[in-house]
Amino acid sequence: MSEPVLKLEDVWLTLKGNAGPVDILRGISLLVPKGETLGLVGPSGSGKSSLLMLMGGLERATAGRVFALGHDMTALNEDGLARFRRGRMGVVFQSFHLIPTMTALENVAVPLELQGIPDAFERAREELHAVGLAARGDHYPAQLSGGEQQRVALARAAAPRPALLLADEPTGNLDSHNGAAIMDLLFALRDRHGSTLVMVTHAPELAARCDRIVRLADGQIAGEGQVEPVLGMSRSLA
Amino acid sequence: MNLSLAWVLARREMRGGLKGIGVFLACLALGVAAIAAVGIVRSAIERGLTDQGAVLLGGDAQVEFTYRFANQDERDWMKSKALEVSELVDFRSMAVVGDARVLTQVKAVDGAYPLYGAVQIDSGISLPEALTAKDLPGAVMDRVLAEQLGLAVGQRFTLGLQEFRLNGILMREPDGTSGGFALAPRVIVLREGLAKSGLLVEGTLFDSAYRLRLPEGADLEAMQREAEAKFREHGLRWTDKRRAAPGAEQFVERIGAFLVLVGLAGLAVGGVGVASAVRAYLEGKIGTIATLRTLGAESGLIFRVYLLQIAVLTALALTLGLALGAALPVALGPWIEARLPFPAEVGFYPRPVFEALFYGVVSALLFALWPLAKAAEVRAAALYRGGIGTGWPKGWYLAAIAALAAILIGGATWASGMAWLALSVAGGVLGALLALALAALGLMALARALGRSRFVRGRVVWRLALAAIGGPKAETMQVVLALGLGLSVLAAVGQIDANLRAAIARDLPTRAPSFFFVDIQPDQIDGFRQMILDNPAVRRLETAPQLRGLITLINGRDAREVAGNHWVVMSDRGVTFSAKPPKGTKLTAGAWWPEDYAGPPQISFSAEAAEEIGLHLGDKITVNILGREIEAVLTSFRVVDFSNAGMGFVMAMDPFAVQGAPHSHIATVYADAAAEAGILRQTTRAYPNITAIGMKAAIGRVTETLTAIAQAVMVAALVTLVTGFVVLIGAAAAGERQRQYEAAVLKVIGASRARILASFALRAALTGAAAGLVAIVTGAVSGWAVMRFVMDSDYAFEPGSALLIVLGGVLATLVSGFVFMLRPLGLRPAQVLRAQE
Repeated sequence: MSEPVLKLEDVWLTLKGNAGPVDILRGISLLVPKGETLGLVGPSGSGKSSLLMLMGGLERATAGRVFALGHDMTALNEDGLARFRRGRMGVVFQSFHLIPTMTALENVAVPLELQGIPDAFERAREELHAVGLAARGDHYPAQLSGGEQQRVALARAAAPRPALLLADEPTGNLDSHNGAAIMDLLFALRDRHGSTLVMVTHAPELAARCDRIVRLADGQIAGEGQVEPVLGMSRSLA
Repeated sequence: MNLSLAWVLARREMRGGLKGIGVFLACLALGVAAIAAVGIVRSAIERGLTDQGAVLLGGDAQVEFTYRFANQDERDWMKSKALEVSELVDFRSMAVVGDARVLTQVKAVDGAYPLYGAVQIDSGISLPEALTAKDLPGAVMDRVLAEQLGLAVGQRFTLGLQEFRLNGILMREPDGTSGGFALAPRVIVLREGLAKSGLLVEGTLFDSAYRLRLPEGADLEAMQREAEAKFREHGLRWTDKRRAAPGAEQFVERIGAFLVLVGLAGLAVGGVGVASAVRAYLEGKIGTIATLRTLGAESGLIFRVYLLQIAVLTALALTLGLALGAALPVALGPWIEARLPFPAEVGFYPRPVFEALFYGVVSALLFALWPLAKAAEVRAAALYRGGIGTGWPKGWYLAAIAALAAILIGGATWASGMAWLALSVAGGVLGALLALALAALGLMALARALGRSRFVRGRVVWRLALAAIGGPKAETMQVVLALGLGLSVLAAVGQIDANLRAAIARDLPTRAPSFFFVDIQPDQIDGFRQMILDNPAVRRLETAPQLRGLITLINGRDAREVAGNHWVVMSDRGVTFSAKPPKGTKLTAGAWWPEDYAGPPQISFSAEAAEEIGLHLGDKITVNILGREIEAVLTSFRVVDFSNAGMGFVMAMDPFAVQGAPHSHIATVYADAAAEAGILRQTTRAYPNITAIGMKAAIGRVTETLTAIAQAVMVAALVTLVTGFVVLIGAAAAGERQRQYEAAVLKVIGASRARILASFALRAALTGAAAGLVAIVTGAVSGWAVMRFVMDSDYAFEPGSALLIVLGGVLATLVSGFVFMLRPLGLRPAQVLRAQE
């Protein structure tokens, strides 16, 4: 087996709540090999999104270690994490999280500019073209529909051709038609760039397109394996 | 019914707290506090001037004459009215110690002086003790004069031909304010000590004053009428304790009104904050408003619900502001009183508090109305999409806004009593707001254009900053308006101050004479001329005979009825006479009298003053010179230029008209600066009775006064800037969530904290610089307008303070923004983004 893209060792995440500390993740250990498409499933509050955030370095583990692309992310500070993500990771959120003061084209170009790529705008235009929004480059996020915003977010995540794509319920805020289109795009981008994809989802048909499923419950891995058996278990526990 | 429902809903809304409304409270409270505090200090001084009228004047009433003492009739009349009469003489002279010669304002008093109040002398001895002759007549003088002369208490100095001994340093004259602006520091001596000084001879410039202590309840009005009817034609001038220091009173009134107007500009800055805070507050209520609309609430009800909330907040802000404004002068009372040249009775004065209340209520409504009107238009669909719309509110709201603006400006015009100035300030503020709004729109457009240019390709920090300035929902407009207006006020004050100083300190001395010499006796003038002209350092000498005269009648009517309060008729003025037009005379109308003219008196008048008063050729002007009434026909107008501090007489008469009248000569000497001290020594040694007024020292004293005024105005302008700063902090705080979000997203796509911070800082600096640049333009325009139309002087752009203004703008936005930049940087992206989900 090749070097895993992600390796988590006994990872804990504890957050302070009003009623005291809450263990969000409890001792997660996981390997994600290169090129795999991994689906994270489980009921609400089970820790799926938090686990994804940890994988992207957007959240810091309270205990345990997270390796991504061979680097120990727990050893990096905020800026180190930001630099590490640059060009290596793309993240897609349920709520799109575009920069409202920038046009679609500018949103896609920013990660490329941060990398110092000279033809950032040309590449950004290609990426927008790839998601079918070539004509909307000059529009601000508020002038785009939800589906269009998510396509811009996809283009932005994919533009640096990242080795690792993380998607947090990318179709959660979209209707089934738009959701299906976004998923097609997401998988197409993964295929185009050969990225590893980790995706949080509630939708069985999306999970069904993944190579492997990890099901979380109460901050722990409750099941793991091929799609059908795990989904079955997931349904019974959901 | 609707109002009570609105109140019920408003109360429920307010239960949820009034988060984010601190800026509203601070802006309104600060503006109102500044206006109330300035108004209270002004009232305190006015009360001080009124209550201590008798002390300030030195008597219940005062009768003055120029060039002469009262005659027996006048003395008898005064004695018949007063319980006690005190006589004093006031004139300028040179105090001399060895080679040191310094101009001084001499007050020669009698034993009854002062009728009211007490003279304070530093060693604590009484005035009679200090002035009584032992071996030599005694004197007290201002510390500055003693220092200039190098004189210690106990040492001797000379006035004219008489030696005096300095027996104490003068700390305070009770009647020091009423005399108006003095060109020189004070010496007090006894009148009898001057007998052998040779200073008070016929033709010398001096004023005599008689202070009257009157019986309790004396009818001042009737007494003034009687005195003026009997003696005004002989040159009597009347003042009494009702308006003991009209000059000071007018000065305080004008400065006070001006400061209130600057305070109003501050309130306008606060208004920008009020509008933004109300808008931000209502933005947060979109969900509630849309839900209420879904449930059937009409826009009128929505308007009332939020208007009531704003009213409650306004009441709170005004209470805070008025309490602060009323408490500050009281708390700082002793400090203020010690620093004012006038008596002040600091306390609570209702009128300025009500004035501030009025300004506060009207401006709060004025600035809150626009966002309130827009909030009332929010549709139920806002639950799904949209917020408070842009564009203009409905017609009647606009009409109400215009009406409120008119009430505010009208109120300020009425309350200030200086309509022209108040309207100019209002026009200036509106103009500046318009210019700033246009500048903000321009900056946003420029930022958008630049953001897409090749220049910023690959420069992420620049592009992020430009996108934030030019993008939707940018804070640019708010920041440029608030900071720009605050800086504009400061820039205008800076430009005016610098130009006034430049006019006085740089331009004037190059054209002004080195000295004025006064009290040159007719038998001295030829020798004096020769002595001066023999000095090779002298470039120019001008001399003219001079008398002083009071215009009493114009065409047979009381001059003050005809000319109102014009300065020319308010007190005595210099009159010259000459057979030929003096060199350089420019007649604008009429003709000079023939050289050998010996007919009825003729007079030539300053063209400018004549136009202001409304005089025409052929008018009859009656001038009282030394008690003699001379009725002269106005036969010419001529240009009199006072701006270069040279010789300028409003009135010139034919020599035959004033034949035999005792007069003296006045001379202006233009010489190289290095030779000035020598000229002073030479002339005052040869002619001890002649008084030299050094223009540099006189200009220095004028500059000191201007500095004090400029400082007061600067303090008021700073309040404006502090309000602007509060608005900035408000804008920065309101934008914090936005910045947190931006920082989180930028981190997700790989931006380091340093880059994000640099972009935030660049954004703040660019906006601040834009506000500063516009402020320089509006400040320069205001400065030009004030110099041109109020000061009647030239204007030159002053770059020093302008540069400071831009730097100040950049610094202010950076500092205010900095606090709110750091927190977003410290947060982890997951925290922020999760909260957004």
